This record gives sequence, structure tokens and C-alpha cells, in this order.
Amino acid sequence: MNDGDRPNPDALLAALQSEAARTQRGRLKVFLGMCPGVGKTYAMLEAAQRELKKGRDVVIGYVETHGRKETDALVEGIPQVPRSRSEYRGIVLTEMDLDAVLARRPQLAVVDELAHTNAPGSRHPKRWQDVNELLDAGIDVFTTLNVQHLESRADTVRQITGAEIRETVSDGILDDADIELVDLPPAELITRLKEGKVYLPERATSAAQNFFREANLTALRELALRLAADHVSVDTQEFHRAQAGAGPWKTGHRLMVAVSASPLSESLIRWTRHMADGLKCPWLAVHVESSRPEDEAAQARLEKHLALARTLGAEVIDTADESLSRGLLRIARQNNVSQIIVGKPAAGHFVEWYRAGKLLRELTRESGDIDLQVVRAEKSGMAPARPPWRWRPAMDWRQYAIVAAVLAGVGVGNALLVSFTGPRVPGFIFLLAVVLLALFLGRGPVLFAGAASALAWNYFFLPPKFTLIISSTEDGVLFALYFVVALVLGQLVARIRAQELAERRREERATSLYQLTRELAQAGTRDEVVWQLVGEVSRVFESAVAVVLPAKDGLEPHPDSSLALTEKELRVAEWAFLNRQAAGKFTDNLPGSENLHLPLATERAVLGVLSLNLPDKSLPLGRRDLLEAYARQAALVLDRVALRAAAEQGKLVAESERLSNALLNSISHELRTPLAAITSATSSLAETRNPEMGRTMVAEIQEAAARLNRLVGNLLDVTRLGSGHIRPKLDWCDVGDLIHVTVHSLERELAGREVTMEIAEKLPLARLDFTLMQQALANLLLNASVHTPADTPILIQAIQEPQRLILNVADRGPGLPPEFLQRIFDKFFRAPNAPAGGSGLGLAIVKGFVEAHGGQIVAGNRPGGGAIFTIRIPQTEKPPSQE
Amino acid sequence: MSTPLLKTAMTPTNAKPGTIALVIDDEPQIRRLLRVTLEANGYDVIDAANGADGIVQAAQGRPEIILLDLGLPDLDGVEVLKRIREWSRVPVIILSVRDREHDKIAALDAGADDFVTKPFSSGELLARLRTALRRSQPAAADAVFRSGKIEVDLAARAVRKDGAEVKLTPTEYALLRLLVVHAGKVLTHRQLLTEVWGPNAVEQTHYLRVHIAHLRDKLEDDAARPKFIITEPAVGYRTMEAEN
Repeated sequence: MNDGDRPNPDALLAALQSEAARTQRGRLKVFLGMCPGVGKTYAMLEAAQRELKKGRDVVIGYVETHGRKETDALVEGIPQVPRSRSEYRGIVLTEMDLDAVLARRPQLAVVDELAHTNAPGSRHPKRWQDVNELLDAGIDVFTTLNVQHLESRADTVRQITGAEIRETVSDGILDDADIELVDLPPAELITRLKEGKVYLPERATSAAQNFFREANLTALRELALRLAADHVSVDTQEFHRAQAGAGPWKTGHRLMVAVSASPLSESLIRWTRHMADGLKCPWLAVHVESSRPEDEAAQARLEKHLALARTLGAEVIDTADESLSRGLLRIARQNNVSQIIVGKPAAGHFVEWYRAGKLLRELTRESGDIDLQVVRAEKSGMAPARPPWRWRPAMDWRQYAIVAAVLAGVGVGNALLVSFTGPRVPGFIFLLAVVLLALFLGRGPVLFAGAASALAWNYFFLPPKFTLIISSTEDGVLFALYFVVALVLGQLVARIRAQELAERRREERATSLYQLTRELAQAGTRDEVVWQLVGEVSRVFESAVAVVLPAKDGLEPHPDSSLALTEKELRVAEWAFLNRQAAGKFTDNLPGSENLHLPLATERAVLGVLSLNLPDKSLPLGRRDLLEAYARQAALVLDRVALRAAAEQGKLVAESERLSNALLNSISHELRTPLAAITSATSSLAETRNPEMGRTMVAEIQEAAARLNRLVGNLLDVTRLGSGHIRPKLDWCDVGDLIHVTVHSLERELAGREVTMEIAEKLPLARLDFTLMQQALANLLLNASVHTPADTPILIQAIQEPQRLILNVADRGPGLPPEFLQRIFDKFFRAPNAPAGGSGLGLAIVKGFVEAHGGQIVAGNRPGGGAIFTIRIPQTEKPPSQE
Repeated sequence: MSTPLLKTAMTPTNAKPGTIALVIDDEPQIRRLLRVTLEANGYDVIDAANGADGIVQAAQGRPEIILLDLGLPDLDGVEVLKRIREWSRVPVIILSVRDREHDKIAALDAGADDFVTKPFSSGELLARLRTALRRSQPAAADAVFRSGKIEVDLAARAVRKDGAEVKLTPTEYALLRLLVVHAGKVLTHRQLLTEVWGPNAVEQTHYLRVHIAHLRDKLEDDAARPKFIITEPAVGYRTMEAEN
């Protein structure tokens, strides 16, 4: 071999290492600072230059130097990936070109300002999501971050500085990151600020004056230092854990935070994440849906809270229960939760205070071995104020009108009655009307009916009439009771109706999920699963649906899909598939696309993507949950189907292994026996001078050769059967001729035997492959000749039945052991004490040939002794008339 | 499948001395065996190890009979046959392995005179050689064919069995005539159908089955065990020639 052709081992090693590195997730290094201006970008670029000198492939994905000379100098020498440009409302915005960086595949990318919000229309709303994708692609990333932009620290920073933090980064991204603290004493920073060395946007100057006070900076610095220190201790913990080889959650903690629409929830969620971080444990965010109706604003807030929890890494569970405490404890027990975190309400709001107190009492009583943490929660400044109570006539003015009309009618009826009954009966009739109204109307109108009827009763009927004054004590008591009863009734009815509504919603969700589960359980193949999923999802969500599945090259929509995906949408689906995250509409990933793409993922694998074209403007939590449950269910079933197919494949492989072993055993024996006979006969022949012995030897050789020839023929047939190449060439055959030719070809093997051929009179021509059927019959005859004594007869019958031809081969030998009747057609099956001379292939070939004709063969025992093999071949065509 | 029936016609008589036989086979062992067997039976043997050489030898060696293997390294045996048939009527006997019925049929349709299936016995092979050689000699134009009890008078279009006239339909007679004119030679289904029913009938094998059965009913002692019209499985039919 030429030396030049030989690969350089060093180059090979380097290639292998870089290959290995690429398959892993990239490492993130965060240059953390307490606030803008401490020199994060500078430190990052310095580090990048060092990496470049080490020979690593470094590119700049996005760096903003703000024209500072020292920083500009550091950018030089590092290749930059051109930014993408987009125009938004007349302003040209430049962003990191994520696709270009991914395509460039550097070893290290430098991306400034992790908390940045991308221009509208970008793939992700936030830059940290871009960075996440780079890391997933195996690219290391250097980035910068100010401590106030961390989701979990945002509250604290707001408390310290009073500034609203709009751009935040999920804490999760720091979990695996290296943190390098870029520190600058506050006094020095203020000096730099005064020298104009810190870039600040024009409009922020006044705010900045407030922000960059020494006291603030000191607090922020402490925050940043503490974060960096925490992170170091986490690293150490992880190291110890790896050493000890313990499971991933050694502490055994599992936190659960109760989430509601209350504005307090937000900081409660952040607090829990913070604590879960410290404990290095998983956490859950649970919302218990009760029957108490929520207005739209509350619903929106709740969804925001749950989305926040999801972003911060919580497992989000939405459940329904009439009692909040019972629901929380049920979920806690199901999930092995060690601590439940609930908020301590701010004083001032009586109803909330009362409810929270009740919840706390119940939880304390029922929680058993689960710890309870009551946390003082503060309203987030960003949370919308509770909307003031307001009159909403647009909603139910019709109901109020109905109330007024009914009460007026009842009033007129009462006026006619009152002279007969006295003033008290009308009160009860009014009450009846209110009760009846409550069955159909909402809470407000019912309360209104209660109050209005009470007043009307008093004004028109209770003496003195046409005043609101009540003269007798008795009437006064009655009136008061009436008022209370009507109000309670209204309240009660409203609660029941709301309960009913919630119940119905839950019911619907459970039913449709149950239905899908049931349908999917019956699906046996991937195609059936897809068909059911598409049908069910498009029915429930009233949307066109596509299921995208992995194919040979890339992803392909399944042909049963009702939604056609454009090339662009397919790429979004691909993104969802590769990143195991929902993408497209209603998500944070490529939100600009038209469709919502949900990965069909189990813990084991991603099996495909479910794509929907939902026309709605938003996707309420309940529906999203249901959709995700669908996707999860479908993924499980798809996974099961795939596993089953793999198991089948495995079984096939095992079976073919067994066969090939049997083949080898049988063949070596079967081939060597006649070869041994030939070898020994020829060597005797070479030496003998006895003509009698010579003839015997020659006969032996001929016998052995014939046996070898038969074996080779059988092996060829079995191979052809195994490879599926047997396609009978059907032709009109004379069955009598077939039988005769077969018997004749076995003249020598059947010598001295009585062979009877019974061929039915007027047997029509049959559609057969002459050669295959001849071979099948020959094998049956040979089988009979080997397994029965030489002086017993063999019978061949051909009988025509309606629509089929029957061929029987019967003998008068010892018959077949009943326990082997099922197995004698298996390849290489040989009865334990069968005489020598068979390979165990003959009957398998007969079966294969007969089945290739669409027929069947059965083996049995004859009355009177002996075995009988019956071949049935369907004959649906009539022989054409001649000429 | 061998046709042991031919044993009846197999009284070993040597070919006329000096008959040149060409063996075209790529297996040296087969060539060696055939040379020994044929020379022992009075043939002069020339051989070729591939198709191209075989064609040359067929032209230069002036063989009176050719044994041609279908599985040759350079050319397909049927192709070799076709090229020889372009200029020669020399009898060609095909040597082929089992399970290649379509090859046999293709070779017979292309003008081969007979086929012998490997493995074969030398007695069988020699009998086939003799039959083919005899047919290639322009025999005294005997208008009457005889085989056992059966007599076909081609001039008078009369068929007799044990001296008694046998009534045949025109189609049956046409079929019988074709078979006896080529007695001893395998005629493929296609050849029979084309000759008797015309080129449009080559797929209509049921015509053949039915008329062969009728002929057997009329001519054979036991139609279920025919001795006169023999089935060559999946290939065609042949009639047994008159015994010498």
C-alpha cells in the first residue's frame, strides 16, 4: 500500500473527537454581570480570542460593541456570521441569523445579550431560545447576561430598584452552564458611567439615573455574587452525586406549588422554582379547577401563570375538584410530593383572606406527612389590577328583561288574587316565580328577581300598600325571611349551574380522551393509529390535521392527513420533531407559522409530529391540555406499535436463525451420507476384481447419487419457497396424466410396490402448475415409500368436488403419531424414530407448493391403518370449451 | 426428470464408426466423461469449453451431432444454438439441469432436437443420440409409420391399431401426424399448437390436453399408462418411435 493513502492517525483521532463533540449538546458559558456596563462583552470577547488562539473554530453570531474602541479591537480576527435583516414597521432590525450559524457549524459561537427579545417574525421570540437551539446542535456558546434578567431574580431586582424587568430568561438555561462573573465595584462603575463609557439607550437615561445608584448597585452585585456562588455549590453537589452514583434526585424532594388566577401566584411560582433550584429537585405547578366561575381576565391570568411555570421547568398539572385542598392533596400524593407551597395572602382583601385561611386549615389537617410551606407572596407589579366590579348589561340584559316581565305578570296575577287570599299568599307566589326563574337564568338576574319581588311584595301587597313601610312585626319578619331566602336561592342556583358547567366541560374532555384511547387501542398498525388520530382530532378540534412521520429521507406527512403542509410548515414540524417541543402558532417557537405542531413523543422516542390548523385566535388551556393528552396518547400507541413490529422482527430473526441451524445440521448429515457411500464404494471398486461385487458397488453409487440429486432438488425448492419466488404457472392440466407421469418418474423408488391410481371418471382439466404439482405428489409418494414397509400398498386418488380438486396419497404403514400431525409440515421436522433417508424438507415443500396454488394439505390417519395426505386445490374456472 | 421409458428403446448399438460428436460444456469433468463414454461407443469427439469456441468448432469440425450445455460462461446456450441454426441443420441435444423448464422449451423452440437432464445416465444419453442421428438421415421415405400395435399410413391418412381402422377427427389426425413425423423428438406445446391450430392458439394448452387424451383413449391399451404418446412434463409430448 502506498504511504500517501494511509490516513494520518492524528487527523483521524481529531476527526473522531470533533465528531463525538458534535453529537453532544454544546456547553454554554455565561458572562454574568450585575448590570449593564461592567464589561461583560469585553470579557467574553477576550475569552473568545483565547479560544481562537487555541485553534478552535470560533464565530461571532451577534455582538453589539456600541462603537467602543477597546471592544471593536477585540472583535477583529473573529469571523462574523452576517446578521439577518428584517423590516418591522419601517425600522430595519438586525438579528443573529440562526440558520446561517447552524449551517456554518462552528465549534464555538459568541452571542451577546442572552435576554434579548428578537424582532417579530423571527423563529423564536427570545434570543435565549436561539442559543438553546445552537447548544442542541452541539455548538458551544459564549453569552452575556445581567442578573436582573433572570426569571427567578426579576422580582427581587424590581423590589430593589423599582424598575420593571421586561426581558427575562428562564433559569433552566443556566442549569448546565458555566458561569463567569464579571465584577466591578459599584463606585468604579458609576465613574465609568459618568465618563460615558456605558452605553445606554436614549430613552432610558432618566430611568438609568435612578437605577445606577450606589445602593442599588451594591444590592445587585450581591445578588450576582450569590448566584455565582450558588452555582458553584451546585457544581460541587453534582460532582459528589456523580461520585456516589446515586439517582438523579438524591434529596428525594419534590415541590408542588398551588397556582391560581390570583396575581399572587406569579411570585409564588418564582419562589418555588428558586427553592427547587436550591434543593436540586423537580417541582410541579398545580391548578385545581373548581366550579367557581372565572371571568375571562382571570382565565387569561391563570394561563399566563401556568405558562410561566412551564417555562421555569415545572411539570404543570391541571385538575378539577370541588374542594381545592382535596384536589391539591390528591395530586400531591399521586406524584410523591414532599412539600406543598401555598401563598399567604396579603392582608386587606377579606374574601381572599378567608378563602386562603380555609385552604390552609384544611391542608394542615389533611396533609399528613407532606410538609406545608406558607409563603408570603407579593403582587407582581406587572400583574393587572383586579378589574373593578362593573355592570355588564350587554351580557344579560335579556335575562333582566325576562325577570322584569315575569315579575310584572306575576304581580298582575297577584293583584287579582289578593282580594281572596290576603297579602301573604302573593309573597309565596313571587317566591315560586323566583325559584322557577332560577332554573333558567344566571346568578345576577336571579338575585335581581329576589330583590325586586321582595320589594314589589312589600310595596304592592303588604299593608300599608304602596309604601315600603311594613306595619306588623309578623310581616316584617316574613319580609326579611323572604329576602334572605330569595338571595340564598339565587346564590345556590348559580353555584349549581356553574358546577354543572364545569362538570360538563370535564366530562367532555374525559369522554373524548377516553374515546380516542379506546379507538387507538384497537389500532394495530401505524396507518390505523394515524387514521384514528386524524379523524378524532379533526372532529374534536374542528381543524384540518396532518400527521408527519419520519420516512426514509426526512419527515413526510402521512397520506391520511387532512391538512396539506407547505414546505415551510414541514420545516417547522421538523423543528418540533428534532427539538421535542411544540412549535408554530400559539408557541414560543416559530410563532409566525400558520399551524401548530406538537411532537408525538414518549420518554423513549419521538415518533412524529401532529400538525393542526386551528382557526382560533388563542388556544385556551383546557384545549391545549386535551390536545397534548391526545398527542401523548397517540405517541404511546405509535411507540407500542413500533415496539411490537420490532419484536416481530426479532422473532423472525430468531426463527430464521433456528432454521438455518437446523439446515446446517441436516444438510451436513444428508450430504455426507451419500458422499460417504460413493467414496467407499468407488475405493472398493478400484480394488475389487470380483464382478458381482463390482455390480453391487455400482448400484450403491447410483443409489447415493440419486439421493444427492433429490436432496439438491429439495434444497433448491425450499430456497425458492423461502425467497417467495414460487409463482405457479397455472395451465390446464390432465390430472390423470399428471399422476401417471409422477408415478412413472419414481419407477425405481417405488419398485416392487403396489401403487393404485384411482382417477375419477370424467375428471375435468384442472388449472395447475404441472411441474410443481408433480413435485408435490412425488414427495408424498417418496415419503410414503420411506416410511412404510416395502410390501404395503400405496393409493393415489383424484376426485373432483364442486369448485375444487382433491388429491389423496394414502398408505397402509404404521400411520402418523397424532401429536405430530400439526408439525410434520414444518421445515426440518422429523419424527423422533423416523427411518433414515429423509431430510425433513419433503413435506414442507409439498405444503409450500400446494399453498402456492391457493390450496391446502392435511395429514391424517386412515380407518383401517395407515396415513393419508389430502391436497385440496380450489378450481374456480371452468375449462374453456374446445374449438 | 429422466425418462426411463426410453429403456425399452435402448438396445445399445454403436454409432457408425467415425461419427463426429461436438461436446460444448464448460465443465472439464463432464467433457472428460462424455469423451470416454462416446469414444467407447464409436464416436469421434471434439469439444469446446465455451460458446464462442463451440460455434467455431461447429463450423470447422463438421460434427454430425452436437451436445450443448445451456449454462455456458460466455454465451447463453440458447444463443449458441440460434447462431448454429443460422447455417446448420445438424442435430443438437441440449444438456440442462433440472428446474429450467423454460430454458428447455426455449431451446426446443429455437430448434434443438432433444434434451437430456443432468444428472443423466450414459445409456439414456446414447439412446437420445442415436434417435437424433437416425432422424437426421434422410430415411427411405416410408409413408407408413409403425410403433408396436399402431400403424399410421401417412399417404392414405389412415390409422390402424392391431390392424383395425381407428376413426380420428381431422384435428386429432393432424396432431398425430405431426407427432409421428417427428417420432422420438420432443415437440413443445407451442410447436404443436402452432402447427395444428395456428399461431394464434399458442396459449390454448387445453386444446392439446383434450385432444391428446382423446388420442390416447383411441390408441393406447391403457390411456392412464400411455406407452405411445408420452408426456414430457411442462415441455410437451413425444411419440415413441418404431422399435428396430
